[in-house]
Amino acid sequence: MSRRLDGGDQRAEAPAPPAPEQINAILEVRDLRKVYPVRRGLFGRASLVAADGVTLTIDAGETLALVGESGSGKTTVGRCVLRLEEPTAGEIVLDGRPVSEASSSQLRHLRHEMQMVFQDPLDSLNPRHTVGELVAEPLQLHGTVPKDMVREEVQSLFRMVGLGPQHVDRLPHQLSGGQQQRVGVARALAPRPKLVVLDEPTSALDVSVQAQIINLLRDLQRQRGLTFLFISHDLAVVSLMAHRVAVMYLGQVVELGPKATVLEQPAHPYTRALIASIPVEHPLQTRERITMRGEPTSPIDPPRHCHLVPRCPFAQPICSEVPAELVEVMPGHSTRCVRFQREHRNGEWDP
Amino acid sequence: MTEPILEVRGLRTAFSSHDGPVPVLDGVDFQVADGEILGLVGESGSGKTITALSVLQLLPAAAQVTGGEILFRGENLLELDRKQMNRVRGADISMIFQNPRGSLNPLYRVEKTLEQVLWTHRRLRGGAARTVAIELLADVGLPDPRSVLRRYPHELSGGMCQRVMIAYALASNPRLLIADEPTTALDVTVQLQIIELLGRLRREHGLTLVLITHNLSVVAELCDRVGVMYLGRIVEQGPVLDIFDAPRHPYTVGLLGSRPTVHVEGDELRAIPGQVPDLRNRPSGCVFHPRCPLVRPVCSERAPARETVAEGHDVECHFWRKVAGLVETGRVA
Repeated sequence: MSRRLDGGDQRAEAPAPPAPEQINAILEVRDLRKVYPVRRGLFGRASLVAADGVTLTIDAGETLALVGESGSGKTTVGRCVLRLEEPTAGEIVLDGRPVSEASSSQLRHLRHEMQMVFQDPLDSLNPRHTVGELVAEPLQLHGTVPKDMVREEVQSLFRMVGLGPQHVDRLPHQLSGGQQQRVGVARALAPRPKLVVLDEPTSALDVSVQAQIINLLRDLQRQRGLTFLFISHDLAVVSLMAHRVAVMYLGQVVELGPKATVLEQPAHPYTRALIASIPVEHPLQTRERITMRGEPTSPIDPPRHCHLVPRCPFAQPICSEVPAELVEVMPGHSTRCVRFQREHRNGEWDP
Repeated sequence: MTEPILEVRGLRTAFSSHDGPVPVLDGVDFQVADGEILGLVGESGSGKTITALSVLQLLPAAAQVTGGEILFRGENLLELDRKQMNRVRGADISMIFQNPRGSLNPLYRVEKTLEQVLWTHRRLRGGAARTVAIELLADVGLPDPRSVLRRYPHELSGGMCQRVMIAYALASNPRLLIADEPTTALDVTVQLQIIELLGRLRREHGLTLVLITHNLSVVAELCDRVGVMYLGRIVEQGPVLDIFDAPRHPYTVGLLGSRPTVHVEGDELRAIPGQVPDLRNRPSGCVFHPRCPLVRPVCSERAPARETVAEGHDVECHFWRKVAGLVETGRVA
């Protein structure tokens, strides 16, 4: 249900996905693995596998959403893509150039092609600089525009994100949360990146302001053909932003596919549970009741095969016996659920 | 309506600042009936948490109730002394918070936390207290309550902590529970579990609940009645179906429209323009007028009176009839 009071015209719908003939992958992630050593007890050691064989591609002009709860590894993947974390293994390729092997000087050149927008806008902005300076900084650093053009470029970036010239000289704390996040977006877009990683960009905002930022990001993508890796725990927001969705659980992608089929024909019990956990829109609405048992289990020592077994209401003995691999079950749509794959093969599955 | 358990009338609370008092609550009125779940919805700065803290007189030092009445079963809580108020808190009214881990003593095992409240309010100890504690933990859906009793808060997950908090809040058999954003800090699948738990406690124990949230969907899941707060006023309140199907305040309409819901086709969200103003610059007249799409000159000149638009459904808007027309003709649906 969506309402609008002034009765004005509705804006255009979601950005159209890129036409097939011009598709080229901006980002390719192959078998990304990130392991953190953790201490256990006094002398014990264990490893926390935050990303476990993650393979993804994002095409130009596309939004891929990474969805999952805390501990799923979605943020780790985002940070590894930008090399804010060193991947333990795997390959990351940005527009044909390897990010995972780049030296620090190569990385500096690559950095302006990939930018990040953070969850908490105030935390990510230096409190002592005016927001105009903060947006100018990446322009100067990467030499995006000639020096004498910086001021003009900052103003055009401010216009682009819906801020006025009167905001340029303010300090971050003098702006509201929504305005701060607009600055975060302007700063990320300043060096004209090929890829923007959005890490829960609306989670810290009030609902009415969250809607403004979602609309802004969608407009910008439509106008400028931006490519987004959108990290979120909120499927409702994801449904508005994404073209394709990757659902993560304990470091693994458990389901990957076009937004429409993932949301309407989910092929993994965890995705179904996430969809069922979206609160209803209306008091009389009912929803599918799939309650996962307990909470996400510890990412240290997850079950050997399917990681969801201890929580899954549909688990069978086979789930703990054979490896759970990501297998395509519909065009462009893969699931890691062994039981689903078998039922699908036998034609027993009824979405 | 049955006799209200809690009735708040004209509540005003202000923070002191260098430039004099800054009003946070500017005349809040609501009632909660026995066995009812009332939702207080609003964005940050709306005053929903301050309302709860005013009722329990747990306000931060800089804030003070400056007017109004808080009647709990007919008794004005603002007239009680500290000792009497201590008895009300916990024994009659309990509260749970957004961050459950922060509200549990990190140095106490769950057992000690529960034993304390059972002794203070019910004079239970030893084996009797332990039995009740185990019952409480089982009642809030914690598997293996005996082992939970032995654990410290940091050994529990966020959802388990919130369940322990709810058990703690219910241990004194309160007449009223105030829950401040009880699901906001939790993972989505766990949020649903807590919503279902609160719903079950109401069905099985007749829990009376004031639920404070920014999330209208949580309201849709649980509440019987809703008060929509904006800048320290309840601008609209009524039965939950009225609020969702026949909203009469432009802000309520805006909140309903700006919720992200699952849209496979990707519809544009109807954002409310601007942002919640700073409390120090409270708008004149109707507090919502700077953001309102229906604004007219009168809106900044005169605060709208509260009008009853249907049974139990009140709104403060000069132009609620116009909103009604727009909603009824589907022009905003």
